[in-house]
Amino acid sequence: MQTKDINENIAWAKINEDVLRSMENPRMGYWVAVVCCVAMVMCAVAAEIYQYQVGMGPANLNWPHMWDLYIATFVFWIGMSHSGTLLSAILHIIQADWRKPIYRFAEAMTTFSLMTAGLFPIIHLGRVWNMYWVLPYVSDRGIWPNFRSPLVWDAFAITTYLTSSALFLFIGMIPDLAICRDSARGWRQKLYTVLSLGWQGDDRQWRNFRKIYLLMACFLIPLAVSVHSIVSADFAMSIMPGWHITTFPPYFVAGALYSGCAAIITLFILLRYFFRFDEYMTIPILEKTCKLTFAIAMVWSYLNIIEFAATWYGHDMVAKELLIAKFVGPHAPYFWMMLFCGSVLPFTLAFEKLRRHLPTMFVVSLFLNLGMWLERWMIVTPTLSFSYMPFAWDVMWPSMVQWAIVFGSFGWFGLLFLVFVKVFPSVSMYEVKEMVFHRRHYHSSALANQFHRRASDPKPGDEPSKEGA
Amino acid sequence: MKRYYVMGMFSNFEEAFATVSDIRSHVIPGVSVDDVTLKSPIEHPEIEEVLGDRGSPVPKFTLFGAIFGICFGFLFLASAQATFLVQPQGGKAVVPLPSNIVLTYEMLILFGVIATVIGFLINARLMTRRHPLYSEKVSLDQIGVMLELDEKNVDPIKELFKKHKVLEIREEVSQ
Repeated sequence: MQTKDINENIAWAKINEDVLRSMENPRMGYWVAVVCCVAMVMCAVAAEIYQYQVGMGPANLNWPHMWDLYIATFVFWIGMSHSGTLLSAILHIIQADWRKPIYRFAEAMTTFSLMTAGLFPIIHLGRVWNMYWVLPYVSDRGIWPNFRSPLVWDAFAITTYLTSSALFLFIGMIPDLAICRDSARGWRQKLYTVLSLGWQGDDRQWRNFRKIYLLMACFLIPLAVSVHSIVSADFAMSIMPGWHITTFPPYFVAGALYSGCAAIITLFILLRYFFRFDEYMTIPILEKTCKLTFAIAMVWSYLNIIEFAATWYGHDMVAKELLIAKFVGPHAPYFWMMLFCGSVLPFTLAFEKLRRHLPTMFVVSLFLNLGMWLERWMIVTPTLSFSYMPFAWDVMWPSMVQWAIVFGSFGWFGLLFLVFVKVFPSVSMYEVKEMVFHRRHYHSSALANQFHRRASDPKPGDEPSKEGA
Repeated sequence: MKRYYVMGMFSNFEEAFATVSDIRSHVIPGVSVDDVTLKSPIEHPEIEEVLGDRGSPVPKFTLFGAIFGICFGFLFLASAQATFLVQPQGGKAVVPLPSNIVLTYEMLILFGVIATVIGFLINARLMTRRHPLYSEKVSLDQIGVMLELDEKNVDPIKELFKKHKVLEIREEVSQ
């Protein structure tokens, strides 16, 4: 049974070779995945064109539901973006070196999730050509964005997060891009020469690199928390039943971390299988990610209970009715499915045998993400269906146009990710080398002696004890 | 005056460390540790320590960027909101502090990050031509110790490299 995060005896040259090989000669499975993603995106494009031609009404974007499926999916993608950068930054600061083989694709996931999420407000606008109206510039119409509105905060926060995450991803990749530059030919060499910015690996560059990486990690942790708190403010700062809840910001942040971790597990298993990264994306690292996901799942479950209790023991009768409607009303199947996927299924992560079984973990991670998507839908839809005005109560099933756009967003994300893994190294070569180096030099000898040896144990070179022989 | 650049390629950090330590202890008169540039495939703070305290001014850029972000963020919002004076406010504050703090905070981070990146690009001397002695082996698995020297010190340095089991020595002369 594999117990080490990484094999300490792996040669540095082999690390380069394995990762660079993963970027070359796509296999048939890769092209099939690309075609599937393109087809999904085309579905969304067709639906979008139809929506613009016919109007937002046929897309079922009518009062009281409006853009419920779109904003639920928007929040889902924003949430998905959180684990990559946030976990990478936190684990970097606490010097958890097991992050090193997996953080690159997780950070890429962050950037692509944000790019996907950013499409939804634009799609929902309807008249996308008037998007510039939201920009704060002096106009003769006398229209200004309302800076008191959380929706405007959203725009600022998400732009900041996207910029910072993309820079964090890019800066962390510079030494690897230099490795690619040194071994690539043709158009790839030109691309990597430009992107590696003349990196030579000298002490001045490493010293400044260490500093910038730490500083950016310090910025990104509060930024990531603030972004999802602000997204939660879109709901919590209204007075709608089911939304006006004090625990929404931590609930959203926990949910975001949860869905991001689940997505990391999914992509981890896919990359390990298709790119044969068994030596880097090891079972012990997957186990650690699963344990982290389990812990976050329990936080999320606790915050759910807090939310239910606060509503149940509160004096807002409409919110209480809404809570009952979630449990037994028309949305109950989705609500119970959410609770099952989000709070019950994670217990599979508590068992070592299951954590080490890749097919099980793959299926579980997909269901965890389904649960997280349902969570967002259950935040948005029941409130819109059963609000203060009984005459406006209405249960709606989203139209095919909406579903097609949501479906296409997954294809868009997948397509971006597939392009990324073939153009950029999805495992950080220099950090894996560092991990191997430090484990070989410190963990295996000095630290092992320090931490894993009892005072009574024989010292290296001593005669073995004959006690009990 | 001619300047000589000599780079020794080593297979591991221990030998590179021993070489730099010898240079630091003035084994060769006239060659200082300040003349050394270390090239490595991974960052290695321990060996960088022997090179002496070579600070990084990147945090100063960060501080400047963050302060600029606070000032710009608040003034940008306040100036946009001040234009609302021509519109009825309904008794609400023209420049509301609580909501502006949220956006000012985001601007603090955005400009802090951008300034940090600019500071890194400048101080790491990126986007410049690669040194002629740059070796692709540095990005693979070897460690380079490069010195800028006078002609008289070239041979002693080569001897020192050989003493520490250098794999390869490269030279470059600049006018």
